[in-house]
Amino acid sequence: MFNRAFLAAMLTAGLTVAAAGCVDSRSQANAVYVLVDTSGTYANEAGKAQLIINYLLGTLQPGDSLAVARVKSRSFSEKDIVAKATFDSRPTQANAQKRVFRDQVGSFLQTVQGSAYTDITGGMIQGAEFLNETGAGKKTILIFSDMQEELDKVTVRNFPISLKNIRVIAVNVTKLNTDNIDPRRYLGRLQAWQKRVESAGASEWKVINDLERLDAIFTKS
Amino acid sequence: MRDMNSWLALPDNSALSVLVVLIVAMIVLYAARVPMHGLFRASGHALGGPMRLGARWLAGVAEAMKLRNRAVLLGQGRRETGQRVEREFERIGILVTRDLQGYPTLQRRILEEITRVEEDFRKCGEVPPPPPDWVEAVAAVAEIKTGGGEVVQKILVEIRDSIERIHDKAIAEYRRAYQTRHGILEGFMPYWRSLDTTMKQVDTKMAHLQESAATVDAQMEKYKKIVAKTSEAETTLTNSSYTQFTISIIVLWIALGGAFINFKLIALPMSEMVGAGDYLTASLRTSEVAALVIILLEASMGLFLLESLRITHLFPRIANLNDRTRRRMIWISLALLVTLAGIEAALALMRDMLIADKQALLQSLASAPAAASGDGWISRIPTAGQMILGFMLPFALAFVAIPLESFIHSARTVCGVLAVDFVYTLGFVLRVLGNLVRLASRVLLHFYDLLIVLPLMAEQLVKSLRGREQRVKARPLDATNTRA
Repeated sequence: MFNRAFLAAMLTAGLTVAAAGCVDSRSQANAVYVLVDTSGTYANEAGKAQLIINYLLGTLQPGDSLAVARVKSRSFSEKDIVAKATFDSRPTQANAQKRVFRDQVGSFLQTVQGSAYTDITGGMIQGAEFLNETGAGKKTILIFSDMQEELDKVTVRNFPISLKNIRVIAVNVTKLNTDNIDPRRYLGRLQAWQKRVESAGASEWKVINDLERLDAIFTKS
Repeated sequence: MRDMNSWLALPDNSALSVLVVLIVAMIVLYAARVPMHGLFRASGHALGGPMRLGARWLAGVAEAMKLRNRAVLLGQGRRETGQRVEREFERIGILVTRDLQGYPTLQRRILEEITRVEEDFRKCGEVPPPPPDWVEAVAAVAEIKTGGGEVVQKILVEIRDSIERIHDKAIAEYRRAYQTRHGILEGFMPYWRSLDTTMKQVDTKMAHLQESAATVDAQMEKYKKIVAKTSEAETTLTNSSYTQFTISIIVLWIALGGAFINFKLIALPMSEMVGAGDYLTASLRTSEVAALVIILLEASMGLFLLESLRITHLFPRIANLNDRTRRRMIWISLALLVTLAGIEAALALMRDMLIADKQALLQSLASAPAAASGDGWISRIPTAGQMILGFMLPFALAFVAIPLESFIHSARTVCGVLAVDFVYTLGFVLRVLGNLVRLASRVLLHFYDLLIVLPLMAEQLVKSLRGREQRVKARPLDATNTRA
């Protein structure tokens, strides 16, 4: 009888200790890095980016991380990060952070100016750095762009990059006028990006063009 | 194709080849008959023997388990019945102390009332006697002959008048006496009523006492049967255990439902206290475990409270504490339970606030117009309901100790009976398998002989021929002897 009581007490005590003293495991946290293309060809799509960011703000949980960066002529820079936050573990604080985040991104998108070139690779390298620093278990780079990279003559991006264990999702990949003439250009562009991303060690490559189905961002295909 | 025909002794003639192979095989099998028979018999014994042995051992184990179960069951039953009898005696003691404590007073009162009634009754019985001398005087006067004399007649008339006056006076006196008696009788009534009520009270108390005595008698009868270890007592206790087991499982399931609702109420707000981003496993948040711990703590506090109140007896150490320490423990566990209930009510309120905050955020993110804010009292009903539920559920969960105790005690009997049945079944299966193996070895023996039926027939033929020759050789000798 006493043994039974002891076991029950031990179980309760063990659970209490486990609940009180467990370490903050980041392995279950999500980290999302959103790249918003602000190049001339895509700048007028920036309004839709707010929709995606709002969806992410509504979906991400306390403890998750989110960053929004712009893609311009050279994007491998911390200065291009418009807003970033690791949400507090307390839901009320996290909600307050989300409100501030929404306002920051909103004011950026209202004043966004088009850039001459589009450095998606630089943005991805910057995003990978940010995501690895967060230590999150699930890392995602969301590219809101037409995936048409244009670099100036000085910028060098033709080297292997590392996107190990990072999911890369291209959202709202609009078709260019030339794509309409020859769809193979569009498909080839996407295929080339897929090849590049997968060779960089990314865990997944996905394209989501229907903004009504944003729930696919967090579901593995 | 070549490989397939390689076994053919005569490749050109398959039928002959098959025949040759069959004959060769038959000869080989016939030659190996004795050792093969031995092998089959030995295999049958080797496999069937241990199985039968195992079956016998299992039957012994089952019997031992049954005896142990019986001892435990009867011991448990004796303890429970003993406690019940003890409690009944306590109840009778309280009843006797409470009701019969004032019995001497009651008896004195009854006696006084009876004495008073008797005295009054005696008074009622005192009727004024009729004047006997007058009757004789009247009779004497009545015998006087008037003889027509006026004087005598006048005297008689006066006597009559006097008598009549006295008669009226006596009648009036008599009536007054009766009136007094009626008055006394009327005065009886309250005493009679009081006596009647008192007697009824005594009757009721005696009836209660009798009922309790009957319960004690029944329990004592049961106790005697248990002590005598009768099979009737064993069956009754086993059935009772099954019933207890079923009921306690149902109640525990209901309690589990309550705990689940409780968990849902506090899991979300607990994330505000311990954080929502910490995980213990891939899918188990720390906040959820914390909520579970709170619920388990409430159940534990309830358990300790009921133990301290001596309602349950899972921890003999608590039951054996002295009254002072036990009372302290009651207050401590009750205080902790109330505190936890208060925390739960606060968490339920916080849950509502968190959901409202989340909704507001989602609405602002969706850029949709905010829904009409429900500041009215109707919108506060769910919040109040959640708070009340949060406060009440811990107390409801506290009572889970009672079915838990019942479950633990009855599970011993039920599991014991099931284990015995299982061991019996296992023994039976082993026994059947052992017999099957032995029979299979015999079947194989006969099948083996069937395969070599031709050599066996030849053997039989040879044996019979040899036997006949021996008989033929022996017959002339016998005949010679007979003649001689």
